[in-house]
Amino acid sequence: MLYIKCPYCGMRSQNEFAYGGDATVKRPELNKEVSDKEWDTFVYLRKSPRGKHLELWHHVSGCRQWFKAQRDTVTHEIFKTAEIKEDI
Amino acid sequence: MSQEFRLEKIGLINRDKKISFKFNGKKYFGYEGDTIASALIANGIHLVGRSFKYHRPRGFFGAGVDEPYAIVQLYRNGETDPNCRATEQELFDGLETKSVNCWPSVNFDIGAINNFLNKFFPAGFYYKTFMWPKSFWYRIYEPFIRKAAGFGVASTKHDKERYEHKYEYCDLLVTGSGPSGLASAYAAAKNGARVILAEDKPRFGGSLLTSDVNVGNQSGKEWADKIISELKEMPNVTLKNRSQVFGYYDHNMLVMSERISDHLPKSKKYSPKQRLWYIRAKEVLISSGSIERPIVFGNNDTPGVVLASAAREYLKVYGVLVGKKPLIFTNNDSAYETAIEFKKNGIWPIVLDTRMNPDSEIINEAKSMGIDIRFSHVVIAAKGYKKVKSAEIAKISEDKKDLGKIENISCDCICVSGFWTPTIHLASQSGNKTKFNEKIDAFVPDKPKQNEKTLGAANGIFTLEETLKTSFESGEEVSKKITKKENKISVPQVSEKKHAQHDKFWCVPLPKGKTYKRFLDFQNDVAVTDVELALREGYRSIEHVKRYTTLGMATDQGKTSNLNGLQLVSSIENKIVPSVGHTTFRPPYTPVTIGAIVGREIGKHSKPTRKSPMHHWHEKNNAVFVDAGVWLRPRYYKQGNEGLFEASKREAKNVRENVGVCDVTTLGKIDVKGPDAAEFLNRVYTNAWLKLPVGKARYGVMLREDGIVMDDGTTTRISENHYHMTTTTAQAANVLSHLEYYLQIVWPELNVNVVSTTEQWAGAAIAGPKSRNLLQKLFPDTDVSNEGLPFMGYLESKLFGVHARIFRISFSGELAYEVNVESNNGNFMWGKIIEIGKEFAIQPYGTEALSTLRIEMGHVAGSELDGRTIPYDNGLQGLVSKKKDFIGKRSLNRDAFTKEDRQKVVGVVPVDKKTSIPEGSHLVKDANASLPNPKLGHISASCWSVEYNNPFSLAILKDGKNMIGQKLFAMSPLKNKSILVEIVSSHYVDPKGERVRS
Repeated sequence: MLYIKCPYCGMRSQNEFAYGGDATVKRPELNKEVSDKEWDTFVYLRKSPRGKHLELWHHVSGCRQWFKAQRDTVTHEIFKTAEIKEDI
Repeated sequence: MSQEFRLEKIGLINRDKKISFKFNGKKYFGYEGDTIASALIANGIHLVGRSFKYHRPRGFFGAGVDEPYAIVQLYRNGETDPNCRATEQELFDGLETKSVNCWPSVNFDIGAINNFLNKFFPAGFYYKTFMWPKSFWYRIYEPFIRKAAGFGVASTKHDKERYEHKYEYCDLLVTGSGPSGLASAYAAAKNGARVILAEDKPRFGGSLLTSDVNVGNQSGKEWADKIISELKEMPNVTLKNRSQVFGYYDHNMLVMSERISDHLPKSKKYSPKQRLWYIRAKEVLISSGSIERPIVFGNNDTPGVVLASAAREYLKVYGVLVGKKPLIFTNNDSAYETAIEFKKNGIWPIVLDTRMNPDSEIINEAKSMGIDIRFSHVVIAAKGYKKVKSAEIAKISEDKKDLGKIENISCDCICVSGFWTPTIHLASQSGNKTKFNEKIDAFVPDKPKQNEKTLGAANGIFTLEETLKTSFESGEEVSKKITKKENKISVPQVSEKKHAQHDKFWCVPLPKGKTYKRFLDFQNDVAVTDVELALREGYRSIEHVKRYTTLGMATDQGKTSNLNGLQLVSSIENKIVPSVGHTTFRPPYTPVTIGAIVGREIGKHSKPTRKSPMHHWHEKNNAVFVDAGVWLRPRYYKQGNEGLFEASKREAKNVRENVGVCDVTTLGKIDVKGPDAAEFLNRVYTNAWLKLPVGKARYGVMLREDGIVMDDGTTTRISENHYHMTTTTAQAANVLSHLEYYLQIVWPELNVNVVSTTEQWAGAAIAGPKSRNLLQKLFPDTDVSNEGLPFMGYLESKLFGVHARIFRISFSGELAYEVNVESNNGNFMWGKIIEIGKEFAIQPYGTEALSTLRIEMGHVAGSELDGRTIPYDNGLQGLVSKKKDFIGKRSLNRDAFTKEDRQKVVGVVPVDKKTSIPEGSHLVKDANASLPNPKLGHISASCWSVEYNNPFSLAILKDGKNMIGQKLFAMSPLKNKSILVEIVSSHYVDPKGERVRS
């Protein structure tokens, strides 16, 4: 079970969190013309990198804040977590 | 009653307390502190079971977790435990135990015929034999194999015992209380660190209990006792015996099983049987010690062949002799301690040492005691079937290839020692790659992966002096990092006997003409020949060899066999052991009771149970409940002898004719507040929200980005910047997370807050033609006429002084309202509705009637919004805005979603108007078509229409729009039904929706 630092609450066990997937995905802006390919990429295509991965986590059983975490997909090491507005 | 093999004055057992127990129906006694194994050996019993494959007699091999043989069925307090290790299970009064894997008895076992047919049971026997004919598998082979396989028999009864979980945090977890564990825990504790010291055995001290050493002018045991008593007094130390740390997981999370009551006749009141600890440790010091490994020789599985260290433990801890004519067979010095211990207790051992001319302090001591020592000698085979009676021994050449003349010597046990294997399981589980240490012929941990360090014998350090020195240092070092305190401890003076280099000899060659079975894995009957066969057949990877031969599998996970297996593979392959590599060490290190893993999360505790404030009323009024997500909801209210069908029909009918009331507290409720709330809803829902006036509700559908319907519900504008959103019961939590995702990540510029208010409001739906009359009586001062409170209207009022929200919304398709009050007032509200509703013939209705009402009306719900359908499929195209953008809109342009023959929700009526259609039935054109019969759609929900008094179903049907009026078959192979049906509109009752507006 991972040990995750919520940027708002501090270190908490994984069972308080929900995983939210790739944090680098940007939703196309509203009301903007979007090509099929662009939309398809946004909805369905995700990289599955070996190594460092920037991802979203949601502190569902805590402060209910979404935040970013940089995690190694092989070793599970979490290098850093940050609020959504921060850069990693 | 005397015990022939029990010594008078030695051991740590409590001789004042005799304990009686039964083995295979016969009564024996032992002492408090005995294990089943030590008590049986004291009574001269060595035959305890039969082996897995050949049903060969099985005795005891070890004295702890490594035991491959002595697996027994345990009976305790009316319960039974299969596959219990006799070497670990402590005696308690009234304990009963039986041998496993034998029939009719352990002494006369029919299955032993396999032993004589062993030529027909080579490695891979099952894979090769049960392939053909294919049809035999289910009927003959599988039932036969299932019957023959396995050891103990699991109970089929509910386990009455209680198991608990505990979460714990500490600075330092020390796994094992041998010299390295004690020293490091002590040093860290002195520095103020919060320490947990876990010991798997009942007694602390590890090897200090059995080795002949001096620490600080005390015996090893005295020193261990002193350290333990000091640690016990320290508030920052948690000492746990009978506690096995069996798994090392990510981020320094370790799991430990504590056996709290297994050694007692029954669990104490309020005390669990076992407790599983989830320990998050800042640092871990692995002091798990090492396990002696055997030397492989002929018939080395005969009862009476034991590890030399186990023989010493039986002697020194339990005062029990494994035999009176011991033969000790070793390639190293540690077995001499066993020999000396025998001699000290008046038993004359014979020592066979594979080495030519070793010289060390301990050998000289043995010599000076007059012990018969024969160098360059090996045991070729044990003789005797159910117990060792003698041994064939011979001289072996320097290159270990040629055997001299075979001599038969009488003995009643063979204590074997092939040197020591560090217990590296936890380090390996942590991610440590491990490396091969040539000096000790075994793997040891390499660089730590997490905050862990391996100490002492587990790290291949076999002298006490170095172990203590490095362990004190490590304890100081890791604790200093955490507590910033330093408390230098002087390492006590150690006196121990220096050992000579061991002999890298592990397998005795077979003399010409002999076909003795030489076993590597004792639990699974894997012999040298089996591994040789696997390699001949082309298996190369050690992982494949393991699976093909079952080497290192089963309850002991090869604790005594893995390394010898590797030696064999590497010698045949002509490789060095490290290039063969070892199989993966996976948790758990020792078997863990399933009950302990599950803990308290069983039965109704496996998930939280949420109850509405009106739950008690429902109970008192004969409600039959159903699980709706985590909620308990009344499914129907039973009257007299009614079943589900009659009751739900009555309740639904009453809604259509009079008025009914339904508890809708469980609906998800979310407060959406803020100046941008309207804009946010406009983006979340498919329809337009910017112009919804205050005091009005609107039905909305929300999609996922892939265009699939996520949820539906009504949202009401309570005030300028305040909306009350409702979700389905099941999706409430997901919807909240979804909204938070968009607010926090995608559109942080929107000034909106969302919060769940599900539990803050109690809700009652009042539905039926007489509902307005009832509402008027509930709120006499409020205008609830069609003008005062029109369809989709909202107002607030007082219900006999209690603040209430009134929504004119309908799920049943009737004229209907929903009244919400604060949860505390839920019972009051419900009572008033029932009381005043009497004159309108009100009846409560449950979820079954609710379903009937919505199905008849063609209102889609969870069974249609099933995560595979889009708004168009559900007849919700009118709610999809063409003008504005919203979540998932772009996906609706996908070709598949806009196809002319796209699936659609339709109504289905059986042509005979009698036969109910099972939910999940497939709709097909031709009932007799050959399989697989092309499926056109499926029945999503079924009910008995109270309006028309015939069955009615909803279905999701391909090209549903153009199928109205067609006849198809609804097929349910599960229920063996094939029903001719007609496709009709999904809006079966009140298709124009007049009632809700009346």
